[in-house]
Amino acid sequence: MSDPILRLEGVYTNIAQYHILQGVDLEVPRGAVTMLLGRNGVGKTTTLRTIIGHWRAHQGRILLDGEDISRMPTPAIARAGVGFVPEEMGIFADLTVEENMILAAVSGPIDPARLDWVFSIFPPLKTFWKSEAGNLSGGQKQMLSIARAMVEERRLYLIDEPTKGLAPAIISTMARALKELKEQGASILLVEQNFSVARALGDGANVMDDGRMIWSGQMAELSTDAALQERLMGLSMEAH
Amino acid sequence: MSVAPEHAPKMAQASFAHRLGPWMPVLLIPVLIVLGFLAIPSSTSWLTLTVSGLAMGMMIFIMASGLTLVFGLMDVINFGHGAFVSVGAFVGVSVLLVLGQMTSAPSLALNLAALMVAVFGAMAATGLMGWAFEKVIVEPVYGHHLKQILVTMGGLIVVEQLIIVLWGPEEIYIARPEALKGAVTFAGAALEKYRLVAVAIGLVVFLAMRWVLRRTKIGLIVRAGVENGEMVQALGYRLRLVFVGVFIAGSALAGLGGVMWGLYQEVITAHMGNQAMILIFIVVIIGGLGSVEGCFIGALLVGLMQNYVAFLEPKVALISNIGLMVAILMWRPMGMIPVVKAK
Repeated sequence: MSDPILRLEGVYTNIAQYHILQGVDLEVPRGAVTMLLGRNGVGKTTTLRTIIGHWRAHQGRILLDGEDISRMPTPAIARAGVGFVPEEMGIFADLTVEENMILAAVSGPIDPARLDWVFSIFPPLKTFWKSEAGNLSGGQKQMLSIARAMVEERRLYLIDEPTKGLAPAIISTMARALKELKEQGASILLVEQNFSVARALGDGANVMDDGRMIWSGQMAELSTDAALQERLMGLSMEAH
Repeated sequence: MSVAPEHAPKMAQASFAHRLGPWMPVLLIPVLIVLGFLAIPSSTSWLTLTVSGLAMGMMIFIMASGLTLVFGLMDVINFGHGAFVSVGAFVGVSVLLVLGQMTSAPSLALNLAALMVAVFGAMAATGLMGWAFEKVIVEPVYGHHLKQILVTMGGLIVVEQLIIVLWGPEEIYIARPEALKGAVTFAGAALEKYRLVAVAIGLVVFLAMRWVLRRTKIGLIVRAGVENGEMVQALGYRLRLVFVGVFIAGSALAGLGGVMWGLYQEVITAHMGNQAMILIFIVVIIGGLGSVEGCFIGALLVGLMQNYVAFLEPKVALISNIGLMVAILMWRPMGMIPVVKAK
């Protein structure tokens, strides 16, 4: 097995007086979708934000292809090939869809072939190319958020709850987009509350609780073991 | 997963009122001009006051445009912005005094050349000063509004005292370049040449800023940064460098505004920037913090209001712009063209 593309070693993150991450260990294998699961408020989003550098790790190491990025500023981490899709989507509402995509293409003009590929996954973005992003529907905004990360090839994608609050039709589109990324060999660390999506996409799975990783293994194992789900996350597959 | 129906994109058809909404602030300018026409008995006086108001508004816009971007981009409240106005005026006027032979010659070309040299010198000096101001005074207080107010106000006082040390405490009276003195007559109204030049320069600055912000990648980064700086950084852009660039450009524009304001008033003092800050803040607030277009419209409204009211009821002129601000904030509490900030 090749070296993981991302490895977190004993990462602690404090926000004000709160100790959110308390020694997180995590490995994201190359070319796989790694799920980050757990109840609300256990530190999943903080883990992603610490990796991208929005919050500083007070202790521990974050290794991207063996290089410690835990002290690097956010723009440098992004330019090292880490694409980030935040939970709140982070689209620029006053900019058009086109302008959002131009900004996301950091290394130069948008590759037309890649843009066609993005349009094939998210046709509404082509329809509303010249529209202000703020006028899009919630689902379309989420499409734009993921499309921005996809417009250039990244070494690693950090995606936070891409299906949250979306209608089933849009969830299906999101799942297809992530599946296409996966088929291209992308490495993805995905926070997802929708267990059906997690089960369909995930290769590996990591479950967090109270700022720590409490279980790591294969998604297939977790998705077939109802007792394990119940114990780790209070989940019942019948509910999904 | 079950098969979901295909997503059919559509966008709701906006009503007329909804489509008109974004243009409402722009429409305020012709509305105010028409109200002025109805209120002022003489049409020639109205025309003179309108040009004067537009010229004043353009100069306020030039001084304020940098401040609104600085606030929008990095959430920095810079009470020291007026220092760049004063320094710009003093440097520009000093250059004009050195080039006295060019400014006193009855040649428009020579006069404009001298003016351009003065403007360039003022912008270079205030741009450089802006870089130092950001590094020494603003950078240590990012994220702390109260400290920003105190320390930038302190910076303004220090700069004012340095101006007094260098140029003396007295007011300096200046004469405009020869070809820009006097007025041209149009439709029976006397229109000061300098005010017409100020309107032209203001328009050029606004259109150039708009072009940069709308048509270049750096402009996109600035606009996106005003909305959600954290996400701009997550895309790979060093917002800090962009901010320093905007601070320098904003300071240089304030310097340009200072030269124009000084020539408009025909007198400069160390405190002129501080005094202009009241109008500058009104314009930035009613325009919508971070909005260049809002700042432009707000500046024109303030300039027109000030001139019309000063003519009709001089005693009310002082508070007319405060009244304008109150009215606009009651209508749109976030300013006329608010920038949608990421939560």
